[in-house]
Amino acid sequence: MNASLSAKIVKEIRVDIDKCTGCRACEMACSAFHAIPRYSSVNPSKARIRVVSDELNDEYVPIRAGDYTPSECNGRHIYTIAGKQYSECSFCGASCPSRDYFVEPDSGLPLKCDMCECVPPLEEPMCVQVCGTDALTYVEREVERDAKRQPTRGEMEEGIESLVKKYGMQAVMKTLAQMSKGAKS
Amino acid sequence: MRYADTGFDLEIDLTRGSIEKVANDAKTSEMYLGGQGAAAKLLWDRVPPDTDPFSPDNLLIFSTGILHGTPVPSANRTCVNCFSPQTNLMSHSLFGGFFGPELKHAGYDKIILRGKAPDLVYLYIDNDKVEIRDATHLRGMGTAETGDVLKKELKDQKVQVAAIGLAGENRVYMASIDHNHASAARGVGVVMGDKRLKAIAVRGTKDVNLARPAELFDIALKMNRKIAESSGCGDWMAVDEDDSFHHNHFSWGNARVRRKNFWSKELQERWTRWKYDHMDRQTGCYNCPKKCRNVINWPGRKRFGYKCFGKDTYHMAAFLELDFTYEILGVAQEYGVDSYATPQVIAFALELLEAGILHESDFPGMPADTKGRFFHLLDKIVRREGIGDILADGVSRAAQRIGNGAEKYDHNTVKKFEQLPIKLGKLNPAFFLMIATGEKMSITQIEGSFPQDPLPTPGERQEFVNKWAAVPDEKFKKYFLEWEKRNDMPVQATCDIVEWNEAMHYIDDSTGICGFVSSFRGQFGGDIAYHMNNLPQILSAATGFEMSKDKLWKTAQRIRNLVRAINVRRGLRRKSERPPEDHWAIRNEEYEQGLLSKYYAFKGWNMDGIPTREKLESLDLGYVADDLEKREILKVEEKVSA
Repeated sequence: MNASLSAKIVKEIRVDIDKCTGCRACEMACSAFHAIPRYSSVNPSKARIRVVSDELNDEYVPIRAGDYTPSECNGRHIYTIAGKQYSECSFCGASCPSRDYFVEPDSGLPLKCDMCECVPPLEEPMCVQVCGTDALTYVEREVERDAKRQPTRGEMEEGIESLVKKYGMQAVMKTLAQMSKGAKS
Repeated sequence: MRYADTGFDLEIDLTRGSIEKVANDAKTSEMYLGGQGAAAKLLWDRVPPDTDPFSPDNLLIFSTGILHGTPVPSANRTCVNCFSPQTNLMSHSLFGGFFGPELKHAGYDKIILRGKAPDLVYLYIDNDKVEIRDATHLRGMGTAETGDVLKKELKDQKVQVAAIGLAGENRVYMASIDHNHASAARGVGVVMGDKRLKAIAVRGTKDVNLARPAELFDIALKMNRKIAESSGCGDWMAVDEDDSFHHNHFSWGNARVRRKNFWSKELQERWTRWKYDHMDRQTGCYNCPKKCRNVINWPGRKRFGYKCFGKDTYHMAAFLELDFTYEILGVAQEYGVDSYATPQVIAFALELLEAGILHESDFPGMPADTKGRFFHLLDKIVRREGIGDILADGVSRAAQRIGNGAEKYDHNTVKKFEQLPIKLGKLNPAFFLMIATGEKMSITQIEGSFPQDPLPTPGERQEFVNKWAAVPDEKFKKYFLEWEKRNDMPVQATCDIVEWNEAMHYIDDSTGICGFVSSFRGQFGGDIAYHMNNLPQILSAATGFEMSKDKLWKTAQRIRNLVRAINVRRGLRRKSERPPEDHWAIRNEEYEQGLLSKYYAFKGWNMDGIPTREKLESLDLGYVADDLEKREILKVEEKVSA
């Protein structure tokens, strides 16, 4: 292996929607695992995985909670797959204002899948462990990445530009100045 | 703090429109668990025995099992109870799916409905927000259609809906309550319709708390794996395409004709093609790794799902093939009718026509072909039009109304309820007792723990008992080892076996666990997930109650005897405890009555099938004995008679 390349483990939960029975054991187990203290309660509406289901459409799609986004979708695609129509929402893991998925029901705070990271680590995330039909499977995949790679100038400019756009040039300059002072002392 | 239970019931008076959230008693939960046990206590306490099932005072109770909403896999069957106008006894009904767990998460153990709404309404439960809402726009809608419309209207795909169809609205006695391709049959849909309640839509986002959560979750994970991997759990009919068992051994038409060589390899291949060419997938109920429900997308019909023997009843009643069931079953489910009783009612009507007791003039506009006739009569029944109005009361009551010899064609009912179409040669003593004394009305709700058939060699029997974890007592292993002929079993063993079979159903129907991983399934292979030896720990870890095998057994007997007392108070006596006269070809009245007497004595019941004070007191049911004595149903100081 090239010395400048290091391996990164990418954790994936693969979903086979043809195998999903819609039982929602994944929701149950996820909510119990993330209860505080662990396993102390069960509440699928707090799960970071949801089975989007529509029995008349024969639609069963487990989706995992991804990033929070404050904005609503500007129009949603409708996909036709094997003769069945799916809303884009059926595949999207965002915690967003367009729907009540992945929002803690009491506090309204967004929920996000953490692949059940804990010490000692689980062999597989809890949702995968309880999936009786292998609709959910867990895969760890190694990807190479260049450890020494530095961001290009263009990439840095892009980042700073967006900060400037949001907070104004003066605030950014001031912060940079403060940070550089902090670094010296 | 309450564990596994929420500690609250929802009390709805549909006449007054009142909604109350009422705390329930932890001690009652400990004594009767949830589900049927808890509901039986309410029916005993609150519905006087002379209450007409169509009276506003009849209660309709939806109860969660005590394990609903816990991590325990396959605990998802909601129990529905009331008094049935068909039998005038306590209706006992269950449906799988997601409703019970959702209700728990909404914060309720039960929904207790009384009164009658002035017009069609539905009940909307969204955690603490509970409303009785107008449902006149849902009138006439199918059961799944109602669920779909309500989910869209409420803008929440996660709402769980239980609804009646046209049959329930029109107070058809075979009406079911349907939810997610699952049906509650046996006398509850008609009462829901009588109360003018079209549907219940429930959504819950609250925690269910557990007494010893880490321990319970660990057990649940192991159970999940056990159930997923065991071929002794779940509905084998979902995977085994050889269904010669039902077709060659059960009766066709109005439960009369055996076709012993019906099944063939060619037929099996054809039917398998029909199934897999049109099956979208198999689905499961809440938190269960099995997939017992086949979802069929038949050309020109709405998607529907079925499990188990539900796939056979329509075409067997009509002397047709599986494609006919696939054509009609989805339609019947949208109407909301029991797929066990309804085909028999239709076959009964056609038999009366053939026999000349009913005439062509009774069936105006009926097509000439069998298919057409089934669709036509189904439609008439659910609309209560013409002859359908009489047939809608079920075989037994329809036969009485029609008269003119029709009573003889009512040959397959017990306690006025349609039985499975089983007609055999030699009497089986255990099945005689189960069918005679069962109060869950269908044999599938009574049989199930002890194998149906012996194994041929001592070696095979030994191997079976070595792996048999479910036995509550070693004596059952001995019975099995010594058992050679199907219908030949000593009386004591027969009584013990019947009691065990029944007890497991009374436990499941109160915990909410599905019979396919417990009470029903042990008879086929023995390798079930839940039984007397592991349920005490599970119940204790979930609820915090101290539980032992002895205590759980006593709980099952307590519920069973309370149900018996409820029905005794409404008139159930020995004379109605008779399997169909033609269930077996060879009968012996003297032997059968002797067996029944011995079983009554074994149960601690008097010779009229009424629990004695001594028995009732031993189960902490002294208050029941007091009441039965006050009503002079029990004589004061009556002891167990031998």
